[in-house]
Amino acid sequence: MKGLWGHPTCINNVETWANVPAIMLYGADWFSRIGTSNSKGTKVFALAGKVKNTGLVEVPMGTSLREIIYDIGGGLIDGKQLKAVQTGGPSGGCIPFDKIDIPVDYDNLRSIGSMMGSGGMIVLDESDCIVSTTKFFLEFTKDESCGKCLPCREGTYRMLEILERITSGHGEMEDLDKLERLGNAIVKSSLCGLGMSAPNPVLSALKYFREEFEIHIKEKRCPTQRCTQLVTFTIIPEKCTGCTLCARRCPVSCIRGFNKKPHEIMQEYCIKCGECYNVCKFDAIEKI
Amino acid sequence: MKYINATIDGMPVSVLEGTTIMEAADKIGAHVPRLCYHPFLSTEGACRICVVEVEGMRNYLPACATAITEGMNIKTNSPQIRQTRRDLVELLLDNHPKSCLTCDRDGNCELQNLAYKLGVRERLFEGDRKRHPIEDSSVSLIRDAEKCILCRRCVRVCSEIQGVHNLSQLYRGFDTVVAPAFEAPMDDSVCIKCGQCINVCPTAAFIEQDATELVWAALDNPDLHVVVQTAPAIRAAIGEGWNLPPGTPSTGKMITALRRLGFDGVFDTDFAADLTIMEESHEFIERVKKGEKLPLITSCSPGWIKFLEHFYPEFIPNASSCKSPMQMESTLLKTYYAEKMGIDPEKIFVVAVMPCVAKKYEARRPEHYLKENVPHTDAVLTTRELIWMIKAYGIDFLNLPDGEFDNPLGFSTGAGVIFGSTGGVMEAALRTAYEMITGEPVKELEFTDVRAVEGLREATIKVGDLDVNVAVANGLNNAKTILEKVKSGEKQFHLIEIMACPGGCVAGGGQPLVYAGDYVYPLYPELIRKRQGALYTIDERKEIRKSHDNPYIKEIYKEFLGKPGSEKAHHLLHTHYEAKLPRGIK
Amino acid sequence: MEQTTYTLDQDIQDFISNCMTLEHPESYLIAVLHKVQGRYGYLSEKHMDEVAHLLQVPTSTVFGVATFYHFFRLKPAGKFKISICLGTACFVKGADLVLDAFKTELGCSLGDTTSDGMFSLEGTRCLGVCALAPVVTINEQVFGNVKPTQVSEILNKMKEAKVEA
Repeated sequence: MKGLWGHPTCINNVETWANVPAIMLYGADWFSRIGTSNSKGTKVFALAGKVKNTGLVEVPMGTSLREIIYDIGGGLIDGKQLKAVQTGGPSGGCIPFDKIDIPVDYDNLRSIGSMMGSGGMIVLDESDCIVSTTKFFLEFTKDESCGKCLPCREGTYRMLEILERITSGHGEMEDLDKLERLGNAIVKSSLCGLGMSAPNPVLSALKYFREEFEIHIKEKRCPTQRCTQLVTFTIIPEKCTGCTLCARRCPVSCIRGFNKKPHEIMQEYCIKCGECYNVCKFDAIEKI
Repeated sequence: MKYINATIDGMPVSVLEGTTIMEAADKIGAHVPRLCYHPFLSTEGACRICVVEVEGMRNYLPACATAITEGMNIKTNSPQIRQTRRDLVELLLDNHPKSCLTCDRDGNCELQNLAYKLGVRERLFEGDRKRHPIEDSSVSLIRDAEKCILCRRCVRVCSEIQGVHNLSQLYRGFDTVVAPAFEAPMDDSVCIKCGQCINVCPTAAFIEQDATELVWAALDNPDLHVVVQTAPAIRAAIGEGWNLPPGTPSTGKMITALRRLGFDGVFDTDFAADLTIMEESHEFIERVKKGEKLPLITSCSPGWIKFLEHFYPEFIPNASSCKSPMQMESTLLKTYYAEKMGIDPEKIFVVAVMPCVAKKYEARRPEHYLKENVPHTDAVLTTRELIWMIKAYGIDFLNLPDGEFDNPLGFSTGAGVIFGSTGGVMEAALRTAYEMITGEPVKELEFTDVRAVEGLREATIKVGDLDVNVAVANGLNNAKTILEKVKSGEKQFHLIEIMACPGGCVAGGGQPLVYAGDYVYPLYPELIRKRQGALYTIDERKEIRKSHDNPYIKEIYKEFLGKPGSEKAHHLLHTHYEAKLPRGIK
Repeated sequence: MEQTTYTLDQDIQDFISNCMTLEHPESYLIAVLHKVQGRYGYLSEKHMDEVAHLLQVPTSTVFGVATFYHFFRLKPAGKFKISICLGTACFVKGADLVLDAFKTELGCSLGDTTSDGMFSLEGTRCLGVCALAPVVTINEQVFGNVKPTQVSEILNKMKEAKVEA
C-alpha cells in the first residue's frame, strides 16, 4: 500500500484534525481522562430528524443516546414515540428504542450493528418507515459507489432493486434472505470503506425491524403509510366539497365527479403520487 | 532481499518480501480464481474474485493486491469464501447479456469459464441490466459495452503498453462504462486500432469487425477470381486453433486449407516483405547519402502509422514511404498479376490474412484504392477468423497434406519471414542494406543484437566504415521513449523499427487467444518467444535468406518495376501519411 | 505542429501554464475543471479537450474525471438552479416528497433542465443546515422547512422575479 505519489499520506476528517491542537496543548493524559476505555475524548454528533433541538452536539464519549436525545435534544417533536436512532451516516445502522441506554462509543455502536461513522445522529419517530429509510440510504450508497470494485458497484444496485420491490408491493419473503446474503458478500469483499459498510443500514434494520419488512411483503402494507405505492387514497364523500382541485391536479386524471359533488378516485388508474392528498384543502382524502 | 514466512492453507511458505498472496499461492499449487488480474498489467484489485481469508482480518483480502507479511495465516478456501466468489460472479452475469451461445467468445470466455468452475448454477439477484448500443464505427473493431465487466484490462493495455490512453472509465457506479473521451465513436477517437484490447478482454466487449461473410460471398461468386495472401505471423500461430503448441510452424497445412476453401491463388505476404526491404533499403541509403530525414522509421505496422498520425505528426517525414507488405502484395496482385494472368483487376478479389485488426483499417485507407470502390485489398481476415472459417468448412486441419504457395508472388526468403517478429524488419533490412552499402556479402547473417522480446533495444551496427545506430521498439509506450530521445537530440539514430504490438506481429491483435491455465494471456513473453521461434526456424531452414537474392524479386524489377525507387515503384509501392485528429496527448 | 486553437480565457490558460511548472501538474486537473466550470457554467467538450492538451492529461482521463463527480456538469445549467437537499435529516422530514413536487411542477427529472432553460433540478447531499430540514436552495437563496404544497408558489415567485429583472 502506498500513499499519494508514493509517499506516506495522512487523510483525516476535520474533527480529528481539530482535536490535535488541544491534545498538543494539554497533553494526552488530559484528553484520555474524557471518554471510555477504548474511545477517548469527546465526539461531535449532528443531531437531526424528529428531535426538538437539532444541530451539532459535542459530548464525552460514553454518553447514552437517551441523554443526547432527551436532555440535549429536548425530546421528540410533538411528543411522539422514538422508534429508532440512525447513527454513522448512510453507512451506519438503525438502533432500536430498547438500546438507547447504551453508552455511545466505537465498540458499543459496532456491537449493536451500527457505527460512529460520520457522526450523524438521526432520530426517527413512529411515523417513519424503516424499510423506506433503508432504501433511502441504499440510494445514497449506490449513487456514491465509484464503480471500481464489483461487489459495491453491482451489489448495492441489486440490494436497492430488492428494496424497491418490497416498498412497491412486489416483495417476496426470499428477498429478505437475498438482502442478507448480498449484504454480507458486499461487506466482506469490497475494496474500500464505502462498500464494506454500505449494507449496514439494511442488515441492522433486518436484525431489529424484520417484522416491518415482513408486513410490507406479506400484507403489502406500509404501517407508517410512508411507502406511497402501498397506500390507497380514497375520498371521504362527507368531507368532499366538490371543489375539483384534486381532479385538476391529478397527473393521470383518475379522479372523477361533478362540480360541487363528492368526487371519486378510480383506483385502477391511481399511480399513488399523493398529489390529491397534498392539495386537498378540506382533509377529504384519506391514506390507508 | 528479505524472506517472509507465512502459512497458506496450512502449508508453510517462505517468499521474498513484496510477494503477493496470489503469487505465493500459485507457487504451492493453491490456485485462487481471478478475473481482472493480468500478470503483465498493473494490479487492479477490482473484481474481488480472488479474495482470501487472512486470520485476524475482519474482511476478505484480494490475493492479487495483498503482499504477504510475516506470520500471515491465509485460507484460500472455505464454504463462505466460495459462496462469496460465486455471488460475485453471479452479480456479473446478472448485468451481462444472455447471449453466450451466439457470442464470438462462446467457449473461450473467461467469465463463462469462471462461472462454470465456481459453480454458479442459480440466479438469485437478477434485475435490470445496463443498456448500451453496440459501437461499430471502426472498420477494425467493435465495442460492446453490455458485455464489459469493467475489469479495465483494456484501459490498462491501452495506456500502460500502448501509451494511447484512448479508453477510460467514464461516469460512476452502476453507470460506469469504458469508452473513449466524450464516449466518441471509436472512429472519431485516438484509437490506433491495434486490437490489444480484444486480446486482453476476458469477454467479447471488444471484438474484431467480421470479414468472413464478405469472404464467403466472394468465394461463392463465380465471376470473381479470389486470391489470398498470408502474413508471416499467421503460420506461427494458426496451429493453436487446433491446440498445437504455440510456435508450431504450419505453413503447408495453412496453404492446403486455403486451397480447399476455394481460393484461386494462395500467395505469401512475405514476398512483398522482401520487396519492402528492397524499397526501404534503397530509401535508407538515399537518405543516409543526403543526410536527410533521418532516422528512417519503418512503416509496416498500420497501428504504429495511426499512432504516428495522431500523436507524432512531426515525425511523418521520417516514416518510410513504403507501403506495408500487405498493401504492396495487394497492389501487385491487381496490377502485375492481373496483367500477367490477363484478368480484369476489378474481377480480382484480394483477401489478406493478417495477425492484426489495424490491417482492416489500413485496407480501407483512401490511399490504398486502385480506383473508386476498388480497394487493393478487398477483405482482411484475422488469424482467428481464418481458423473459424476452416473449422466451419469442416476441414480436418491437423491431417492436411502440406501445400506450396503460388509463384511468383508466393516465393520469399528468410528475411521476409522474420518480418512477423519484433526486430525482424530491422534484421532483414540490415542483411540487404549491408550488402548494398558495402558491396560485400554480410558475414554474420543473424543480427542477434536486434532480436529479443523486450520492448526496446538499441544497437550500433558496423556497416563498412559506417556506424549505424539502430533502435527497435514494440508496444507504443516504448516507441514514445525512442521518439522522445530523437526529439531531444539525446541520441542520433539512423534506422528505427517500430511495431505497435508488444512482441511484434506474432502477438498482434488478430492472433489466436491462447490459454495459460484458465486464462487468456496474450502478453505472455513465453508465448511471444515461441511464435517468434517458429519464424526464426523457418528463416534458418531457407536456402535464400536475403531479400535481394530472391529470384522472383529480381524478375519483377526486371520485368515490371525497373529499379528500387524507380518512378513506377514509387507509384505502386509507396504511400503518404497525414496528421490526424483528434490529436493524441503524449 | 500544434493546430489546436484555444478558446479558454487567457487567465485560465495562464493558470494551467503555471500548474505545468509545478510538481505533478496532472494533480491540478480538478482545480482547473473547477475554474472552467466556474467561468462558463459547465464543461464543454471543446474546453475539456483544451484542458487535456494544455495540462497534458489524456482527454479520456479528463472526461472520466468530469463525468465521475456529481459536481461537474456537462450541459449548461438553467437560469435558476434548484438544489434539493437529499441528506438524511431532510429525507426524514420529507425531502423526497418535496422533490416529487418539483418534478411534477417542472415536468423534468433530477439532473435535468426545463426545456425553456429556466430551471435545472438537482439533488445535493447535506447542506449542513439540518435544523431547517427539508432545505431547498435556488441559486444563492435558501428555503427552509419546505412543504410539497409550497413548491408551486416558490416557482411562481422565481418566474415573477425573472420578469421584473
